[in-house]
Amino acid sequence: MKNKIFKTKNINKPVPPIASLLRFTTAGNVDDGKSTLIGRLLYDSKAIFEDQMEAIELSRMRKGEEHINLALLTDGLKAEREQGITIDVAYRYFATPQRKFIIADTPGHIQYTRNMVTGASTADLAVILVDARHGIEEQTIRHSYIATLLQIHHIVICINKMDLVNFSQEVYEQIKNDYKSISEKLEVKDIHFIPISALLGDNVVNKSRNMPWYKGPSLISFLETIQVDDTINLTVPRFPVQYVIRPQSKEFHDYRGYAGMITSGFFNRDEEVLILPSGLTSMIKSIDTYDGKLQTAYAPQSVSITLYDNIDISRGNMLVKPDFLPRISQKLDVMICWFNERPLLLKGKYILRLIAGETRCMINEISFKMNINTLEKDSSDKHIKMNDIARISIKTVQPVFYDSYSINRSTGCLILIDEVTNETVAAGMMI
Amino acid sequence: MNKKEKKSGKKSPAGDKQETGSTKIIQRFLKTNHLRELENESIFVFREIAAQFQNPILLFSGGKDSIVLVHLALKAFYPAIIPFPLLHIDTGHNFIETLEFRDHLVEKIQGRLIVGSVQETIDQGKAVEETGFNASRNKLQTTTLLDAIYAYKFDAAIGGGRRDEEKARAKERFFSHRDEFGQWNPKNQRPELWNIYNGRKNVGEHFRVFPISNWTELDIWQYILEENIELPGIYFTHTREVFCRDGVWLAYAPFMKLKPNEKVLVKQVRCRTVGDITCTGLTLSKASSLKKIIKEIAATRVTERGSRWDDKRSDTAMEDRKVEGYF
Repeated sequence: MKNKIFKTKNINKPVPPIASLLRFTTAGNVDDGKSTLIGRLLYDSKAIFEDQMEAIELSRMRKGEEHINLALLTDGLKAEREQGITIDVAYRYFATPQRKFIIADTPGHIQYTRNMVTGASTADLAVILVDARHGIEEQTIRHSYIATLLQIHHIVICINKMDLVNFSQEVYEQIKNDYKSISEKLEVKDIHFIPISALLGDNVVNKSRNMPWYKGPSLISFLETIQVDDTINLTVPRFPVQYVIRPQSKEFHDYRGYAGMITSGFFNRDEEVLILPSGLTSMIKSIDTYDGKLQTAYAPQSVSITLYDNIDISRGNMLVKPDFLPRISQKLDVMICWFNERPLLLKGKYILRLIAGETRCMINEISFKMNINTLEKDSSDKHIKMNDIARISIKTVQPVFYDSYSINRSTGCLILIDEVTNETVAAGMMI
Repeated sequence: MNKKEKKSGKKSPAGDKQETGSTKIIQRFLKTNHLRELENESIFVFREIAAQFQNPILLFSGGKDSIVLVHLALKAFYPAIIPFPLLHIDTGHNFIETLEFRDHLVEKIQGRLIVGSVQETIDQGKAVEETGFNASRNKLQTTTLLDAIYAYKFDAAIGGGRRDEEKARAKERFFSHRDEFGQWNPKNQRPELWNIYNGRKNVGEHFRVFPISNWTELDIWQYILEENIELPGIYFTHTREVFCRDGVWLAYAPFMKLKPNEKVLVKQVRCRTVGDITCTGLTLSKASSLKKIIKEIAATRVTERGSRWDDKRSDTAMEDRKVEGYF
């Protein structure tokens, strides 16, 4: 009887929310066993099907290898399998009864910083692999820096290949301490360490019997339970207008709905909103979805908003609340990662694109280039090439409304596009 | 779709949206359902397509993924109708049920349908029919598709490709650039960050856009169940004339050649994916409802493409076809 009452109480207690979808990125050097780890996650969580396994088993027999090569599950493109390396970001999916997971699997070579940035841009958490035999290396710092640059608050350092160091606790503790002293330079908010053997499966899905000294969870049970709701800003209301819906049908003759995704915060019906860039204000008349009208809509919902006043609003405009204004400027300070083979042109003109709008711009100044291996700022080297990370100043043709990336990821990010080739040449984060 | 019918006939899947705002409620919303997050993402992508392109087209195969695409497009543009037509590449070897369903759906959404005919492509001498036992028009669709894209000057073709389907698809972007020959260059894809999509292109180039990139097969089925989306009957159990080829059950049609050891039998089957009749493997199943299908899929140990002949042709069959301009 007592027990029952206790249980009921437990239910009424505010339960910490766990998002049912976790997006994470994985980074590691070529030989750190990243593909093996992902293969292991997919294999042990039974996200790999018989026909996929069959193909890999065939390949193992052909090559006469001892263990099945789980990396073959993730190397998708021809060239990758020929060279045994991963070229591009690959997205993987698996689910446990607790959660659905999306992995952005990024290659670890130095020349692929751009892929790591890409993978990190949509991730809530980063899994970084360290080879237990080699300890903390330059790339570990590089991966950690990129994760913090992209405002990933949760980092898991998986110390892999523990089987090759006799599952030694000393090795694990040493690497942990080394990392902690280095990460002081970084703004890591939440860091965890897990000793694993991706090849043999220790502490990946199942807890290791070889490391009784490790009391923490296996990687998968950690991923199942970690809270990552801090990726979306819940207080700053932002609604970038993507598209204007005008049915012009009999039933909805005068309907003019502003379609978009609430990228942060929430909006209520009959609430005052301010429209940027015009600065005009109006009241929300309705928040519409196919499934009915809403009283309140929250990030990350996609909705259509109508206003009481007839105001000229188009794509690239933003609805905000008067007491939570974003910054508005034509001069922007931005951290960028350069993606293109053609280097950044100082005073060069590019197209700057934000979540729902774009303007032309010019690169006015290069403040410094980041040495992402030593975390030192280099203000003498102004040549920004592919995979470089730098702080620059941009002048835009139209005023831009934005938030600092560290406060609001969704309205603080941008890309630069080459006007001639239309390629995405850089990713940027507003300072 | 009739709005009134919807309101009365269906429970709102996100009924808890009606509450007033506070951080706690937002957190509850985040928690509710990963399908809602995927849905919101797909709607966002659809609106980007409508905003960034002049003349998009939705590739409609009659399969469950493209049916879900249509459903998401309805949601993205409500209360307006979907602002672009559907394109069906008809191999001439379709399940009759697929074609009937297609016409029914187009009428229901007040849509416009364009049909590209593989038979016409063959008749014009632009493609040569395969011969032999495994002859399929699957690969020939690429020519018909690219012809339609150039003839109608479509600048974005929206497809139901999912990254979990096949390893070459795992590296596909939401907005995937195609050169003037309609080809995909997997080694030089544009980086895609956050949810900023770059659909800029030069004249003659086009994009393939995949709004349900992040969905898995199970997500699709669960969503169909939750949203009560109508499907063609062939997805549910039915009796059909079938034969077994190399471990895969195929539907028998009079134009198909049988090997000496193959016999036409009558079995209880359903489709797990729907494509050209020559390459759609069937599942022996008695599942007559969505719930039963989902139960089967959750327990299944073979990928849905595992029963697709088109992928079994070689290890990189999908990548090779995609490079040429396939769906």
